[in-house]
Amino acid sequence: MPSFDLSRSPRRELNRALHALRQDTNETQWTVSNPEGQHAIAAGLDAPVTVEIEGNVGYYCAGMNKQASVLINGNAGVGVAENMISGFVHVRGDASQSAGATAHGGLLVVDGNAGARCGISMKGVDIVVKGSIGHMSAFMAQAGTLTVLGDAGEALGDSLYEARLFIRGSVKSLGADCIEKEMRDEHRELLYAKLKAAGLAGEVDPAEFKRYGSARRLYHFHVDNAGAY
Amino acid sequence: MCGIVGLFLKNPALEPQLGTLLSGMLETMTGRGPDSAGFAIYGAGDAEDGSVKLTLRGPDAGTLSKAVSGLESDLGLSLSALARDTHSVVAVPAKDEQRVRAWLTANAPRVDVVSAGRRMEIYKEVGLPASVAERFDLAGMTGSHGIGHTRMATESAVTTNGAHPFSTGADECLVHNGSLSNHNDMRRRLEREGLSFATKNDTEVAAGYLSWRMREGASLKEALESSLTDLDGFFTFVVGTESGFAVVRDPIACKPAVMAETDDYVAFGSEYRALVGLPGIDKARVFEPEPARVYAWERNAGTSQTAERP
Repeated sequence: MPSFDLSRSPRRELNRALHALRQDTNETQWTVSNPEGQHAIAAGLDAPVTVEIEGNVGYYCAGMNKQASVLINGNAGVGVAENMISGFVHVRGDASQSAGATAHGGLLVVDGNAGARCGISMKGVDIVVKGSIGHMSAFMAQAGTLTVLGDAGEALGDSLYEARLFIRGSVKSLGADCIEKEMRDEHRELLYAKLKAAGLAGEVDPAEFKRYGSARRLYHFHVDNAGAY
Repeated sequence: MCGIVGLFLKNPALEPQLGTLLSGMLETMTGRGPDSAGFAIYGAGDAEDGSVKLTLRGPDAGTLSKAVSGLESDLGLSLSALARDTHSVVAVPAKDEQRVRAWLTANAPRVDVVSAGRRMEIYKEVGLPASVAERFDLAGMTGSHGIGHTRMATESAVTTNGAHPFSTGADECLVHNGSLSNHNDMRRRLEREGLSFATKNDTEVAAGYLSWRMREGASLKEALESSLTDLDGFFTFVVGTESGFAVVRDPIACKPAVMAETDDYVAFGSEYRALVGLPGIDKARVFEPEPARVYAWERNAGTSQTAERP
């Protein structure tokens, strides 16, 4: 069980050690102490290991993550799990702006609130926020799910593609081309599966959520515009 | 980029440590702004009743002391000046402030008045934040609150005059992270209102805008609220006043901001990293100020309040 004290050793040493791990490594449980808001902690991992960070992290923590589980016992700065491909990232405090931005896969869970632009341009990740999310979340989100137990800020899902947004609380306003959609059984099943993955099975009723998605008016060509060409 | 830090003490027992804490915060923000740095300190020594502290800046200490002795002999004043590197803090009788300013304009063109007020002093220079803090002995300063800035220039040249904070009036100053896109038009409008500007800098225009709004009767909070519609661009502003400080972010809120509050202080940082050296930060309430909302703290009988608390 390697442990790493970032007040004694530089972050690059930690990331180098994590990047050097082989797929069949026996060092599968890592502990990182004194992160003190440093940037890019445990970014770029590609091994089935668990990294637990004791404290608040800065920008891009667990960015580009593949396979690994990164647990943050604190708050996360801008872009936590941005461009994640697979694996699991758990923020036990609040997350700043652009949590899970552009992420292709994996699961991001935020126990507290997430700031503005949560899930911006997400491409397949599943994001579960137990608190509320800030303005312009899921902007141009292409695929994946964003589940929020609290409220959403202004302009939710602006210029949305095919991501599915499940919000339990209020939505301050919807962005361009984002609409509320019918919540059918298939959607409740999908939402239940995401809640279960986040450890919330039985704790939260999928029936309390509303579903939002794209009206598909922005990204399909409309024949009325043919005269412009 | 640019980095902003601010520290507002609620507990007077921490006042002797203000400079040390603020200089640590400022240095941590070097990566966000290595071009130049500056800071405003409140209460490093209050001006006596009936007098005002002017912070003067010159090319070197000799030019400054020559200007001070010129003021004394030509205007018949007896002045006490505290010299710190390229800056000098001079207490002048409030009734003589305009005469002093006029004399400096006429006789000491290379000396600028960086700030005026009963409690505020402003220091800023080109260079790495650590060296700027050391030149002025920030770590040795005491006071009730202070704000600092590390600059990565985008809108105008890397000069001392382009460094922050900018003074917006007596005991008032502004630091800015971001860039304004309508500053040329706004500068012309404000010049028609009688304001004058020393630089092509966008933040100086924002400072002038707030001065103008307050001159027209707006409170600080009202002036900041109207800046949300009148100023176009990206901004996180931190404003210092004689008795408090205020924070506002533009509605899009691209520029980062983190705040921490305990029973002892309210702290602001562009990044959480800037706050990790503060006492009791592990127990602080850490949050991001919401976009387009004015937050203000005042020193009222040891209590603090926000104008609009989330």
